[in-house]
Amino acid sequence: MEYRIEAEDLNVYFDELHILKDVSLKIPKNTVTALIGPSGCGKSTFIRTLNRMNDLISTFRREGTVLLDGEDIYHPKVDVVDLRKRVGMVFQKPNPFPKSIFDNVAYGLRVHGITDKDVLEQKVEEALKGAALWNEVEHILDKSAMGLSGGQQQRLCIARTIAVEPEVILMDEPCSALDPISTTKIEDLIHKLKRDYTIIIVTHNMQQATRVSKYAAFFLHGEIVESGLTDQIFLEPCDQRTEDYITGRFG
Amino acid sequence: MHRIIPPKIAQKIMNGVFWASGIITLLVLLVVIGYVLYKGLPVINLEFLFTDPIDSGRSGGIFPMIVSSLYVTFIAVLVAAPLGVGAALYLAEYAGENRTVRLIRFGAETLSSIPSIIFGLFGLAFFVIYLQMGWSVLSGGLTLALMALPTILAASEVSIESINKSYAEGSLALGATKWQTVSKVVIPAALPGITTGIILGMARAIAEAAAILYTVGAALLIPISLLDPARPLPLHLYILATEGISMDNAWGTAAVLVILILIITVTTNTLVDRYQKKMMGR
Repeated sequence: MEYRIEAEDLNVYFDELHILKDVSLKIPKNTVTALIGPSGCGKSTFIRTLNRMNDLISTFRREGTVLLDGEDIYHPKVDVVDLRKRVGMVFQKPNPFPKSIFDNVAYGLRVHGITDKDVLEQKVEEALKGAALWNEVEHILDKSAMGLSGGQQQRLCIARTIAVEPEVILMDEPCSALDPISTTKIEDLIHKLKRDYTIIIVTHNMQQATRVSKYAAFFLHGEIVESGLTDQIFLEPCDQRTEDYITGRFG
Repeated sequence: MHRIIPPKIAQKIMNGVFWASGIITLLVLLVVIGYVLYKGLPVINLEFLFTDPIDSGRSGGIFPMIVSSLYVTFIAVLVAAPLGVGAALYLAEYAGENRTVRLIRFGAETLSSIPSIIFGLFGLAFFVIYLQMGWSVLSGGLTLALMALPTILAASEVSIESINKSYAEGSLALGATKWQTVSKVVIPAALPGITTGIILGMARAIAEAAAILYTVGAALLIPISLLDPARPLPLHLYILATEGISMDNAWGTAAVLVILILIITVTTNTLVDRYQKKMMGR
């Protein structure tokens, strides 16, 4: 099997706090991997290590390696800006910029040097179609993104991310601030996107994990207790703690 | 516990107290502005606005003073706005939290509480005499810039700090650099607050008499070059009133100054409002 991301013996500290402990996880290409586990178990920290967003925190310290397509993303020669273009991120709370819908999607493209108007228009349209939002916003592209509903804003953030054509999309509880209908739309979208992208999704919703993911990893107190096929983990967990968590005995 | 006043009555009393405070504040504003306009408006006509003063201002107009005011204020904003906004960006986005930053912030706060006459005295010693700029638009403008600087800095910093951190995160996660994030996302989002800060600084500069008393001279002619002396409106008003030259023209000058400030504030507020509505899609 080909792996997009391989984390090996990853340890993460904030000051003296040991957040991730010897985490090793391989993410196969063009699949959806769900990260599950109780709050504060290190899931978000883990995905933020994959696009080096943790670098923004001054007390962040890391040991171990993270490979993207076989190359160490923490190698001194790696350009963080380039890495984040390849590893996109969708946040828990929709965070469109206070700009027009068009400018939101075009933002990443412009940042990476695309100025040609026709190219921008074409790529914005493709990205909005890819995020299943085009039909709803086609006629209001010059209106502020802040006027959209929460679910539309989150799909806009996904459009913004896929516009720069990343290889990986990290999703940090992308539906936790959304209503059930919007959640269904995002889940449908994830199914569609996995053909072209490797998706890693953090979720607190067990049903969501079984619905969208092929692989899953169960985090607890900064360690991976169990990882593998989602069906396997949910139907026949190897570890008692996994079983306790997914059956709702704690967390 | 034994209650002396029942809560519902207390609520009613306090509602009244707060309502009265609001109304009194509004009344003070209306009375002051109203009185200035009442005394000054009859003096104002096209001739008063667009001609030179005659006989030290006993008669004639105040055209050179309007030009002087706009001139020194323009210089003050030209110098103070980039400096203040730059410093605010540095403090809010780049500096982090350390001793130097706290020192800069403390410095700015102290600067804004220094009486304006002391700025004037400093301007006299430094710009007029030491840098040999003489009594001029430049000396006055730079002195006013020093005064406007902390106002612009403080308002800009608060506005930049209040920008949702999730915008910057979203931008960085798309592979934007820090500067791209600051220039394309943070500054546009903070622009209404920054503009308000600049206008506050500008209003402070245009209304100031003490700071320019020793620095700008008192010429009655229209200043052309940066090194020409001038007489901005507040200074003209001060001289007309203290030297008993003409109380009528002093009121006229005051009314023009008030109207000028009103025009500046109302226009920018409208523009800022429109920009904000467009940005937030309301």
